[in-house]
Amino acid sequence: MRSVSTIILQRLGLGVLTLIVVSLVIFCAVEMLPGDFAEAILGQGATPEAVTAIREQLGLDKPVVQRYLGWLGNAVTGDFGVSFARLNFASNFGASTNTTVVSVADQLKPRFVNTLFLAGVAASIAVPLSLIIGILAALYRNSVFDRVANVFTLTSISSPEFFVAYILILFLAVLNPILPSLSNIYETMDFGARLKATLLPALVLTLVVTAHMMRMTRAAIINLLASPYIEMARLKGLSPVRVILRHALPNALAPIINVIALNLAYLITGVVVVEVVFVYPGVGQLFVDSVKIRDIPLVQACCLIFAAAYVLLNLLADVMSIISNPRLRHPK
Amino acid sequence: MSSELLLRIRDLHIEGRADEQWLPIINGVDLDLQRGRVLGLIGESGAGKSTLGLAAMGFTRDGCRISGGSIEFDGTDLLALSKLQRRALLGKRIAYVAQSAAASFNPAHKILNQHTEAPVYHGVMSKTESQGDGMELYRKLRLPDPDNIGFRYPHQVSGGQLQRAMTAMAMSCRPDLIIFDEPTTALDVTTQIEVLAAIRDIVEQFGTAAIYITHDLAVVAQMADDIKVLLRGDEVEQADTRSMLANPREEYTKSLWAVCSFQRPLKADVAQDSVPVVSVAGVTAAYNKSADVLHDVSFDVHRGRTVAVVGESGSGKSTVARCIMGLLPPKQGAVLYNGEALPASYKKRTKEQLRCVQMIYQMADTALNPRVRIKDIIGRPVEFYRGLKGKQRDDRVAELLEQIELDPSQYMQRRPTELSGGQKQRIGIARALAAEPEFIICDEVTSALDQLVAEGILRLLARLQDELNIAYMFITHDLATVRAIADEVVVMKEGRVVEAGPKEEMFTPPHHPYTDLLLSSVPEMDPDWLTKLLAERGVDNIGDAAVARMN
Amino acid sequence: MAIALWRALLIGGVLWLAAMMLPPLMSGGWDGLVAAASQQRLVRTIFWISVVLLIATIVSWVFRELLRRTMPEVIAKPMRHAPLTASFGLMIILLYVIVSVGAPWIAPYGEAEIFTKINVLPGGDPELGGDPSHFLGTDQIGRDILSRLIYGARNTVGIAFLTTMLSFLIGVTLGFLAATLGGWIDQGLSRGIDVLMAIPQLIFALLLMTIASEWSYRSGISLTWFMIVIIAVLDSTRVFRLARAVGLNIVVMDYIEAARVRGETLLHIVFKEILPNAFSPLLAEFGLRFCFVFLTIASLSFLGIGIQPPLADWGTMVRDLSQFINFAAYDPLTAALPLMAAGAIALLTVAVNFVVDWMLQNSSGLKE
Repeated sequence: MRSVSTIILQRLGLGVLTLIVVSLVIFCAVEMLPGDFAEAILGQGATPEAVTAIREQLGLDKPVVQRYLGWLGNAVTGDFGVSFARLNFASNFGASTNTTVVSVADQLKPRFVNTLFLAGVAASIAVPLSLIIGILAALYRNSVFDRVANVFTLTSISSPEFFVAYILILFLAVLNPILPSLSNIYETMDFGARLKATLLPALVLTLVVTAHMMRMTRAAIINLLASPYIEMARLKGLSPVRVILRHALPNALAPIINVIALNLAYLITGVVVVEVVFVYPGVGQLFVDSVKIRDIPLVQACCLIFAAAYVLLNLLADVMSIISNPRLRHPK
Repeated sequence: MSSELLLRIRDLHIEGRADEQWLPIINGVDLDLQRGRVLGLIGESGAGKSTLGLAAMGFTRDGCRISGGSIEFDGTDLLALSKLQRRALLGKRIAYVAQSAAASFNPAHKILNQHTEAPVYHGVMSKTESQGDGMELYRKLRLPDPDNIGFRYPHQVSGGQLQRAMTAMAMSCRPDLIIFDEPTTALDVTTQIEVLAAIRDIVEQFGTAAIYITHDLAVVAQMADDIKVLLRGDEVEQADTRSMLANPREEYTKSLWAVCSFQRPLKADVAQDSVPVVSVAGVTAAYNKSADVLHDVSFDVHRGRTVAVVGESGSGKSTVARCIMGLLPPKQGAVLYNGEALPASYKKRTKEQLRCVQMIYQMADTALNPRVRIKDIIGRPVEFYRGLKGKQRDDRVAELLEQIELDPSQYMQRRPTELSGGQKQRIGIARALAAEPEFIICDEVTSALDQLVAEGILRLLARLQDELNIAYMFITHDLATVRAIADEVVVMKEGRVVEAGPKEEMFTPPHHPYTDLLLSSVPEMDPDWLTKLLAERGVDNIGDAAVARMN
Repeated sequence: MAIALWRALLIGGVLWLAAMMLPPLMSGGWDGLVAAASQQRLVRTIFWISVVLLIATIVSWVFRELLRRTMPEVIAKPMRHAPLTASFGLMIILLYVIVSVGAPWIAPYGEAEIFTKINVLPGGDPELGGDPSHFLGTDQIGRDILSRLIYGARNTVGIAFLTTMLSFLIGVTLGFLAATLGGWIDQGLSRGIDVLMAIPQLIFALLLMTIASEWSYRSGISLTWFMIVIIAVLDSTRVFRLARAVGLNIVVMDYIEAARVRGETLLHIVFKEILPNAFSPLLAEFGLRFCFVFLTIASLSFLGIGIQPPLADWGTMVRDLSQFINFAAYDPLTAALPLMAAGAIALLTVAVNFVVDWMLQNSSGLKE
């Protein structure tokens, strides 16, 4: 049997490969645009000269492979190019593109921090909460508690994020003005004020993610409790607490880690809608805005960031569950 | 050994929850067990053996409940105890050995740590004492390297060894009673023997009372002092082992014991110049790119005769069948049909070639599509190979149903889920017959069936062979089946043919040592069989040790 | 322990509610109760939620009894063991189907009909800026909101259904092919699907929609069609995974092997042998996928890149009407408008989920 480190190295390699393929898919998707970048930037009324100029400036006259490698190379070093909107603005007003234009990376950086903050707040409420509820529901399954939790989470999963968001706004911001309904965030804010501005969107995310995570935790634990070695432990006359702590928990680690990682990955998708509802200045909102004005470099960059986060989280879950598997940790 | 009553169960009722209602599993069973005695619980699957065994510990699985009766252990009513008081008994005074040791050991902890858990928890021994005791028990149970095997994780130890380690674990607190729930069912016959011997030894040595649950009559005959027969949650009868074997009272018990009175007359030898229907010629095969699972396997099957292929799981007997069917193209060698080589893959074979070789499967449940009516299951090959349609097709199906002794008017429209196991297997036979083949592979066709039903199937197959002159290749691990139906026997081990020849030769010594081991390892109904065998071979020459020595 | 605790809490709660409700009920009857309840916001909220839950419970109980007694055995039999949640779900689904099929007859106006009065307030009271002919008022460009809500059922649900069907067509076909053929076809398809699934679905959808909007702009084909195809393709990855897994479980069955060595064609094996056995897990999955697709489309529309005008759809309506929520303190009905559209989405997904939950429990019960 192969050792754990080889397996982990393999997974890491696979993860890197996935990232490369994902970047390729994103790049190719953009290649499917009708016409090309230059026309997209300038719109259809552009003069041929302007189009040629932009084309040269962006290197569009180079072959596809070279352009992909260049884009990927720059992306890895944090250079996502220049936003179309800014570029368009600059070229129309005749300013020199190299000096005044803000790069995509500069636009993304503060927003990325904001989004991480939002996701972090949501995760730090959701993860402990859902694990506790999930484990309790599994231990007391078919009890009133379990049934209520089931109906509640099913409802919460079924509701679109914006529905949950507006309900919370209605009750916590409009009818009882406890929290602000718009997340006005700026850089010089202190932590407390920032937390208060973030709390409402974070609560929405928490509600949705908790429901998913709780259900998955419950299923994983029930599955585990049905295994013969748990029955064996109970037949040894051990106390329920000892059965859970000594026999269930060491084996529950892998499924629980998986559940957490999957749901953190789910947060990524949820963040987009929630940021739009609360006008939260994060990557998600920027993403949606740039999709609407078809700002390709920004869309590409946001997409790559989200996808990378998603891939990395799944990779992390994979590696952690390998490490926690006794069969792999102690090979024959 | 005192005759003091240890366990007393009266009018026990247990129900299980299915489809939103409670259905009875055990209906009013009584059970008495004296100290130091071993009671065998026997019955088909669904008889409620395991449920009763667990109930003897005051335990029910999720979705089950005890709805009436009493369970007294050593004078205390288990059902009247609080959870805490009952827990103090479990593991300490009543222990449990599960069917699958591999699944019942926690994969996250070392074997010895799981062994010491109960004694330390119940305050019977200190951890060091219990560890030393564990090693001693491992030695008594003849586990290899008893001082160190406990420091391994469960997945690092083989199935037979784990089962013995679990028996040791059950012994760790020196309980008064151990429940053995089919402890050897998942093991091979050669491995089973050493586990049986080990369990019997240790139970005798410590004078522990035990309930031994199994569906294997021959096994229970070796292990138990008394036998209780269960049928669908009811007790059929109980008696001590020898009188039960000698003269069972109830019809059902008689049907269990009356196994394989069936024996076919010997056939004349095959003519020297006859061409075999199917001949496996030097087949070497492997799955994907892994190591070879078959090595140069050759044997012939002649028209109208039965070749039994015998061996343990992993011996490659089913793989041979897959090679013949064309599901696994061999790396070397070929399968000849009437002297001509068949294309290696079934995809390359003609319809006619496919028609002539048919197969009957072990599990009738998975062999018949549950969503298709009997009429179409049998009708499809009729239509496919002979091109019959409509009424002609239905008539042929009816004819086939009559051949397998099922009433066409009753069964045509049914689906497999509405049939019993034996009936399903008959449908499987009819489907093979529908193709009008010259050769049928029977893959453990009787092993999932109850003894009496299995005998019916064997008789049917024999009759069909006589009437239609079909050749059978009979894959089995059961020697009684071999005795009943085979003309020739092929013994396989690790992908090689160890020995082959006519049946009468195979059952008279001298043998190849493996054939000997295999034949002698199959438990027999004689209660002294295990004792005699151990005396003959010596305790150190059974199971894995014997196989290892042979290699 | 826990059960006892919950029972105590539940009984305590009911007693407390009863104690609160009894005096006003005695003195002023139902009106008195409502008046008393509306004095405090929290109590009022709890009161109305309890009333709604109670009504929902009663109605779904009646519906279940109705199905049990009047329907033929095929429907009545499973209903006998159905929980109330499932009956509630079935009832809601039926309601949505009726509304979406009958939209042209139920709705007072056309979905794109524009009236001269814009931003008419709901409630139909002219003194408060309403109009009796537009019960829920009109939107910013003068379309009747009630009609758009009703047509929204047809568009939102219909498009989601169409998308899910397409997604299943692609996913199940490819999944079964992969399961039956195996080898490099299976490997190739599975790895390709892995790559598609490595990008979060909504994110990928947004990227593709950007490109599609450019195509739509040039070709004149509505973006809605592009969206249907994009979501269907992205969602079919999940269907593929399930269909392949279900298929693989069936393919290892001996009856499939028997069919193969009989010489049956791939079509016979897939349609006659595999599909009948895969039907019930796929049906449950269809419910789940439908919910997911429905929510994804609603989210896209909410973000302004999904179903395009002039089609009325709930996601877009929520976005357009969302500002009204700030009037909640002054005019609850106006504030409820965006919530009505969002709630309509939530209600259907809840209903479908309830039914699927019941189906899954049923099938898992059968296995044991």
